[in-house]
Amino acid sequence: MAETPNNSVLHLTGIRKSYGSGEVASEILHGIDLHLQRGEFAALIGPSGSGKSTLLNLIGLLDRPSGGQLRIDGEDTGLLDDTGLTRLRGQRIGFVFQHHHLIPAFTAEENVAMPLLVARGRPDAAMFERAGHLLDQVGLSDRKRYLANQLSGGQQQRVAIARALVMNPSLVLADEPTGNLDTHSADEVFKLLREVNRQQHTTFLIVTHDPRLAARCDRIVELVDGHIVADRAHAPA
Amino acid sequence: MQSLLIVVGVGVGVAVIVFMSALLSGLQANLIKRTLSSQAHITLLPPEEIARPQQATGETALRLQKQAQRLRAIDQWQTLRDRLETWPEIAAVSPVASGPAFAVRGDANKAITVLGIEPERYNRVVALAERLTAGHLRVGAGETVIGIELAKDLGAEVGDKLRLTAADGRSETLTVTGLFDLGNKGVNARNVYVGLRTAQSLLDLVGGVSSIDLALHDLDLAEKVARRIAAETGLTADSWIKTNAQFVTALTSQRVSSNVIRFFIALSVAFGIASVLVVSVIQRSKEIGILRAMGATQAQMRRIFLLQGGIVGFFGSLLGSALAWSFLLLWQLLARNPDGTPMFVIGVEPGLVAIAAAGASLVGILSALLPARRAAKLDPVVAIRG
Repeated sequence: MAETPNNSVLHLTGIRKSYGSGEVASEILHGIDLHLQRGEFAALIGPSGSGKSTLLNLIGLLDRPSGGQLRIDGEDTGLLDDTGLTRLRGQRIGFVFQHHHLIPAFTAEENVAMPLLVARGRPDAAMFERAGHLLDQVGLSDRKRYLANQLSGGQQQRVAIARALVMNPSLVLADEPTGNLDTHSADEVFKLLREVNRQQHTTFLIVTHDPRLAARCDRIVELVDGHIVADRAHAPA
Repeated sequence: MQSLLIVVGVGVGVAVIVFMSALLSGLQANLIKRTLSSQAHITLLPPEEIARPQQATGETALRLQKQAQRLRAIDQWQTLRDRLETWPEIAAVSPVASGPAFAVRGDANKAITVLGIEPERYNRVVALAERLTAGHLRVGAGETVIGIELAKDLGAEVGDKLRLTAADGRSETLTVTGLFDLGNKGVNARNVYVGLRTAQSLLDLVGGVSSIDLALHDLDLAEKVARRIAAETGLTADSWIKTNAQFVTALTSQRVSSNVIRFFIALSVAFGIASVLVVSVIQRSKEIGILRAMGATQAQMRRIFLLQGGIVGFFGSLLGSALAWSFLLLWQLLARNPDGTPMFVIGVEPGLVAIAAAGASLVGILSALLPARRAAKLDPVVAIRG
């Protein structure tokens, strides 16, 4: 894949993050450089406390870096105010969490349509049509009207994936997406992520502790003590 | 479940407020109606006579003795009556010739007030015809309508004759055509209604009237209208508010204390809504974090909780109005006069329900301000991590 600016989805340059100030300041990330192209399927690995979640929060625009530059789809996020960051996050980034974080009072279809509802302010038929289409794609066409808590763990995570894709984002951030699932469901969910990546060329950054999961990604970025210690292309197993 | 409980809580608060308001306005309307059943909203009297010294210089020691007021007629009363009838605030104008006299029947002798009226006009100011307990409101030549107390004192009934004697010795013999009960023992014992001409001749007010009674469309405007009439005509204009100052003060105090109670109920309802919403923000912090991650702005999060506060207030007010209506029905059933009639008629006015709904929704929104701010400021990273 050619490295043109148009293909750049995520571009981190010298990203630092510290908490506190003065003598009690502690730096978690020490100048991270990372570049993801459209369609990449990358794993972010590292031991606990290495700064993976902090980095994911920064990339997800849920937090601001203390230094460095972070571009999403070429847009410099440092120039945006909170509303601008929120808008960009809603439109360009999809999240899949370890815990599905579905809203239990809503049906699968309503949960998937939620980001569209947030963006447009009022419900319309088109958003439920899109939600339905995505639920078909993740194999839950017969569970559209089920409440979130009436679904199994694997099904809930598939609904969460559909929700992450509903805005047609450039980048999907998945934080331990299979961490809470049994082996079979984990495999199903991973296959689904991979399928979406291949069909729609959506970029994925998957944080995982699971070396077998990382081994199935195209690229593995390893973070240790706030530094990227390895960044290697990898032929998936 | 939480939302349901707080809607019920708001409902009880609103019910108490609506019930109290309806009860109070019913009670006050009833009291005012009873008080005004035997009196005009405004009474116009000739200006007071004031003694004026012919010579008053700094060198003359002068002590002015107040003049006793004599019965006098209002100048040009017909013109004034016709003019006042065109005022939009005034519902009815009734000239009255009144003065003291004695009612004599056999050995019985009672001091009374003779009121010479034009029955049709007077009836629009004081609903005398409705208050008759016997006979008819007929005050033609030689006819009179008296109160039930006076009838008892004189031992008179409809059809009996009695003699009215004025202070200067003029007298008339009249037939009782009706008995009234204006709900006031003093009035029932004192007022004797006769035709205007009869009173004029008895009281030596030939062609004149001693006062003009007015009824207004809006009772609360009485003082304002009275002042305007006094300024324009030079007459003394006494409004019911002025003549019943203590009563009006009592009503005002009642209204103020009820407003204080209503304010504190509204305050406790507001705290109830706010506390439930604060708990709700804490309980739903994960969902809030997810919505924020999905692109919901702080303003959107604020709106959700403000809306929730408003909805809780609105539905609470509907429930409250229904409860208040039930309480009022129960009240009508239980609070009855000894004769079985309702003590007084009260009802939930649609306007009051609308005000309660709007007020409770507003209180709901105001109560939600703090929780909504808290929800909007929630850090999505912390919220999602829980």
